[in-house]
Amino acid sequence: MERNLCDQAAIVGIGQTEFSKNSGRSELQLAAEASYAAIKDAGLTPADIDGMATFTLDSSDELLLMRALGIQEVNYWSRAPFGGAGANTTVMQAVAAVASGAAKHVLIWRAFNERSGHRFGQPQDPGTTVGWNWYLPFGLDTPAKIYSLTFQRYMDRFGYTNEDFGHYTVVARDHAATNPAAWFYERPITIEDHQNSRWIVEPILRLLDCCQESDGGVAMILTTPERARDLPKPPVLVRAITDCQLIHGHVMFNYYQDDLARYEENYRAAERLYGLSGLRPEDMDVATLYENFSPIVFMQLEGFGFCKEGEARDFIREGHIGLNGTIPLNPHGGLLGEAYIHGVNNILEGVRQIRGEAANQIADAEHALVAGGRGGMILGKG
Amino acid sequence: MSSVISPTPDGVDQYFWDGVARKQLLLQKCAACQALRQPPAPMCPECNALEWDTQEAGGRATVYSWIQSHHPTEPDAAPRIIAVLDLEEGVRFVCNLVEIDLADVSFGMDVELCWATYPSMTQEADQILPQFRPVSGDK
Repeated sequence: MERNLCDQAAIVGIGQTEFSKNSGRSELQLAAEASYAAIKDAGLTPADIDGMATFTLDSSDELLLMRALGIQEVNYWSRAPFGGAGANTTVMQAVAAVASGAAKHVLIWRAFNERSGHRFGQPQDPGTTVGWNWYLPFGLDTPAKIYSLTFQRYMDRFGYTNEDFGHYTVVARDHAATNPAAWFYERPITIEDHQNSRWIVEPILRLLDCCQESDGGVAMILTTPERARDLPKPPVLVRAITDCQLIHGHVMFNYYQDDLARYEENYRAAERLYGLSGLRPEDMDVATLYENFSPIVFMQLEGFGFCKEGEARDFIREGHIGLNGTIPLNPHGGLLGEAYIHGVNNILEGVRQIRGEAANQIADAEHALVAGGRGGMILGKG
Repeated sequence: MSSVISPTPDGVDQYFWDGVARKQLLLQKCAACQALRQPPAPMCPECNALEWDTQEAGGRATVYSWIQSHHPTEPDAAPRIIAVLDLEEGVRFVCNLVEIDLADVSFGMDVELCWATYPSMTQEADQILPQFRPVSGDK
């Protein structure tokens, strides 16, 4: 039988700082605070950690974070490339590490001052990255612009409007409104608020289609399912996990494949996840989907098989993604409502839902799809 | 007039920006299998040959997708239309559309290469850039 990473690791600890627009402290301190909270939540001590994983974009040095936490010896390191897709990759690296025996307890962290410090939503720094010469001189320099060239084809294919996208934002802000950890706690919006927010890329994205820029840190601990059974919190199994990048891609887009209206990486990732796990979309009780911008939710609802291509608008309007819907989506408020911690906070919400300790808990959640378009995982009870 | 970010050419794309300085739009072409590749790469993904040449683009394209930004590179800069183009040679190319109003751009419309010189935000010398405009008589 072909080997895979299914059911080979469990998430046993999670931790986070508050989510804000100005943390008032260093990114290393945010990383240390979130990591320590995750280690304690797992019922472990820093000395138990022997593996570490984060994003290439994370500013905290592994050795400095080890020293801050009191981690004595580390035998496995890894960093995930790219932006939000890296959230899934860090978990896949940690799963591979514990499944292979390369490490026993892997700490994943992501911490930044992404509002008070370097803001991702601002234009890309000139001349910093090989490959940007094809875009920066022409003014294609922010994620909102970059994604919109794809979204435009998608909108045209299915006749979606910006107002359609706003109905996702309303749901996300509803969910955030009852999540005390969310930046937009107790601040729901109406579709009129969405339509009155200013254009960022007309006629595709308004301000309220864009994720937040946030300061904060999140962390989690992975180990084997066997070790997980001896730890205090209910283990959350990684039932299946995959990444998917296709040839000709760039960090945020792939303009060089035939049909930009179809999120091909997403369809392939879905096929792999369901194939590996033997589970189906209808087996999912809850989902957290990465949303730097609201249209990507529509593409993923279709790509992951919760509705058919071109049906996401009606699916959302009919209430299917609400807390009482057929597939409650981003119950914490997502990256629009809770915070933008590079998508890793979406993984923590998946863990809380399976544990049964979420602010907006979905009753008897057995399986959670946690995905970021170019990859994803299915979490389940251990 | 908007000022623009100048490219920082490296070993892979130097030929392109050298061509731009002469107002030539050059596409990289595999010397072994003749496949065009844009953006360029040091090895041909079709046949893995390292040898390559360039072919000057004919200058005709159709519009695949486009945006106008309300979050311009400089706060006071005039918004630019940015488009993904299908060049007649069969490769995609990201560029600006000029001499057209946003409302008049349409999927698949025919456009042609032209050249513009902008002040640069990142170097003293002005920056020449390829641009595309509606084909004469098609506007």
